[in-house]
Amino acid sequence: MPTSAPPRSDSAAASPAAPAPPAAPASSAAQAAPAVPKTPVVQANAGVDLSPERDLLGRFPAGNITPQEGLDQPTWIVRREVLADLARELRDGPTRYDLLMDVCGVDFPDRAERFDAVYHLYSMPRNARLRLKVPVAESDPVLPSLVPVWKAANWEEREAFDMFGLRFTGHPNLRRLLCHEGFQGHPLRKDYDAARRWILTEDKIYKPHFDLPEGEDDLFERMTINIGPSHPAMHGTFRLVAVLDGESILASDVEIGYLHRCFEKMCETHNWQQVIPYTDRLNYCSAFINNVAYCRTVERLLGIEAPPKAVWARTILSEFSRIMDHCVCNGTTLVDCGALTNFWYMFQPREEIYGLIESCCGARLTVSYGRIGGLAQDLPPDFMARARRLLEIIPPFVDDVERLVNKNRIWLDRAVGVAAISGEEAVNWGWTGPCLRASGVAWDVRRAWPYDLYDTVDWEVPVLSGGDIHDRYRIRNLEIRQSLKIIRQLLDRGMPEGPFIVADPHVAMPPKEEAYTQMEAMIYHFKLVMDGIQVPEGELYLPTEGANGELGFYALSDGTGKPYRLHVRAPCFPIFSTFSRLIQGGSVSDAVISLGGLNVIAGELER
Amino acid sequence: MTQPLGRTPAPAAAAPPPPPAPPAFARSGGPSAGWPGGWALAGVERHPTELQPYRQGLAERLYLPLLGGLLVTMRHFLRNLFHPGKMYTIQYPEERRDYSHRFRGHHILTTRPDGSVRCVACFLCAQACPAECIHIEAGEHPDVNIEKYPVVYEIDMLRCVFCGYCVDACPEEAIIMSNNYDMAYFNREQTVVGKEDLMKPYTFDEDQLGYRPRYPEEEVARARMRREAFSLVEATRRAAATKENAAQG
Repeated sequence: MPTSAPPRSDSAAASPAAPAPPAAPASSAAQAAPAVPKTPVVQANAGVDLSPERDLLGRFPAGNITPQEGLDQPTWIVRREVLADLARELRDGPTRYDLLMDVCGVDFPDRAERFDAVYHLYSMPRNARLRLKVPVAESDPVLPSLVPVWKAANWEEREAFDMFGLRFTGHPNLRRLLCHEGFQGHPLRKDYDAARRWILTEDKIYKPHFDLPEGEDDLFERMTINIGPSHPAMHGTFRLVAVLDGESILASDVEIGYLHRCFEKMCETHNWQQVIPYTDRLNYCSAFINNVAYCRTVERLLGIEAPPKAVWARTILSEFSRIMDHCVCNGTTLVDCGALTNFWYMFQPREEIYGLIESCCGARLTVSYGRIGGLAQDLPPDFMARARRLLEIIPPFVDDVERLVNKNRIWLDRAVGVAAISGEEAVNWGWTGPCLRASGVAWDVRRAWPYDLYDTVDWEVPVLSGGDIHDRYRIRNLEIRQSLKIIRQLLDRGMPEGPFIVADPHVAMPPKEEAYTQMEAMIYHFKLVMDGIQVPEGELYLPTEGANGELGFYALSDGTGKPYRLHVRAPCFPIFSTFSRLIQGGSVSDAVISLGGLNVIAGELER
Repeated sequence: MTQPLGRTPAPAAAAPPPPPAPPAFARSGGPSAGWPGGWALAGVERHPTELQPYRQGLAERLYLPLLGGLLVTMRHFLRNLFHPGKMYTIQYPEERRDYSHRFRGHHILTTRPDGSVRCVACFLCAQACPAECIHIEAGEHPDVNIEKYPVVYEIDMLRCVFCGYCVDACPEEAIIMSNNYDMAYFNREQTVVGKEDLMKPYTFDEDQLGYRPRYPEEEVARARMRREAFSLVEATRRAAATKENAAQG
């Protein structure tokens, strides 16, 4: 976190020799207490100069914007009349909120203005976060669309419309996104029964929406083709409808929603602990990172911290999960252009890492290893040896793939310059993660808002400047090596002693031995299973660096033992919303490999 | 209770030496070699609007690096040819991957020494299940000390997500998960597995108690501890029952 207001000159970006803000507190804290790696309790915007926000507040007429106090990040309750002006000011003014992280709705049936549209904004230059809440009434749920300001709002607003019935005026294509066109009602409203069913027929099937370029009607050989939803090139169940002129794509539209996850609705009907297996299935290539992201959010709501051993293990296994995710992405991308060998070379490390994760928790893909307050079980006795062995066997496979691909002209001709997007545009579309770093923006949650042990190890954020498929592939290989570097340092530091889950019987189940023999432990055991963890009232958005970018959980608790609202900011979602723009003008075969390079995971896209 | 609840182990006899302090690394040094750019600071001052894609050199345009790639595949080919034991492929189902003892596979209902089901139909597993795949109907057990037993105990294997929450929730060691992962069915009726199928005897745990983690070293001690705990509880119950009987008649 920057400790002072950033009147940062251009040299700051160019010279990393400037005192790096996150490094200073990290190393000093680590020297003070070397044995206990800290779980940083970082409040959003700590140390950020918020005077631009105060100036902006003063410029709007009184009563239009009301700051809400006592939350995890600055929150403004905004009247919808000023929302469009405010958004433009926030992006273009000195506040520089250039990234729209997330838009979601929240339903309060007992309130006069029933719905809140919640916007999460982030300023990359200032490392500041801001939340906007726009209350609207059920009779008139109309808001201005923010698509002219942030293109990322396109799909986010469609999702809010689909789930809550919020209507955004000025939206180019305000239609259902996740649900079928014939679906009635809005499923995330509180009065919508979770078990309700509809018979959906083909006559209301989604009609693609194209932004065809003007003045090209004289093309006589225009053809519309349909790829997916069940097509091997689509890496999941997506439907791509493309208007072709010969081989090149004039315009296209993407339809998602075939996976029927209902993640957020199901969370509202289960207790906090039961959500963990659901999170496994968000990004199933790196399930453990989702566990960690969710558990951190609930821990922060509870005001507890995981013990050092759990934090240490979480960091290591998250990095291993990231390696797996990148292996899958690179392997399958290369398969899409015919390089099958790399698929095998990339999947072997993944297989070995699964062996380690399975020895920890008993499952390979859907791990459910995180628990609120720590881990599900202790690490196996041979954890260190197995992890060290992995450090030795992973790099040769990556080396082999790089030798096969990196300077291979057949691949370069296919990938360089294809589906390219500049850093500025990618930020406007809401990109985060490796795809954004391939476009030249050196931003990573682990560095910008460090959590777990990331600020106590030495690692770098790789950046490339091509913004195309080739650089998205290369950046993942570079990140694999950085992850290995992080893991090696943590292993060298040694496994911290102590428990693997907090010793709070209101949060963590007592060990079975005690549950069998001690009455008090038995009672806690029953209470935890029957009622779940009692999370106090609160509201929190907590980001974590997932394998594809910022994975954020926005959790609202009303103290009843179940999440009142749990929204996932899935990193794939804004990235895939850009897909039509990325493939426009390219050929169909380019579209196929660019989908692979984005690493779109249907599980987190269609929550 | 001398020790607070939770999984705090007894303190080790000799405190291990504190791990070395993490290096106070310097972040100076400029853009590191290997890629343009460098280290990201907390904030990103400006976003690049221009792209600099990768440029091919002369060797690449002449397809020369392909020879290096051919060497890689040839190395793998020769190694697999002359060391078939080092191949990564597993000839399933003849060969099987070796899983740990923690593997969460097909469920098992454990039994008492007399062969009856250990479950007391307390419904904790059904309550804990995030997939709502466990269906239990309780009945009255002839033994008053046990009170209840499941008349019907069904798990819908198509709904089950194998998260292990039922095992964690069970207060009686009545449900555990085995290493069996190859489940195949011919129709949907078969996927709802009943009590008899779940109680089929298994061979891997001699203690008939399968609390995870079943890691060899710790497991032996844990199993003994649990067995003692159980026999203690059992003895207390029997003593109480005898006393009650004596008082009544």
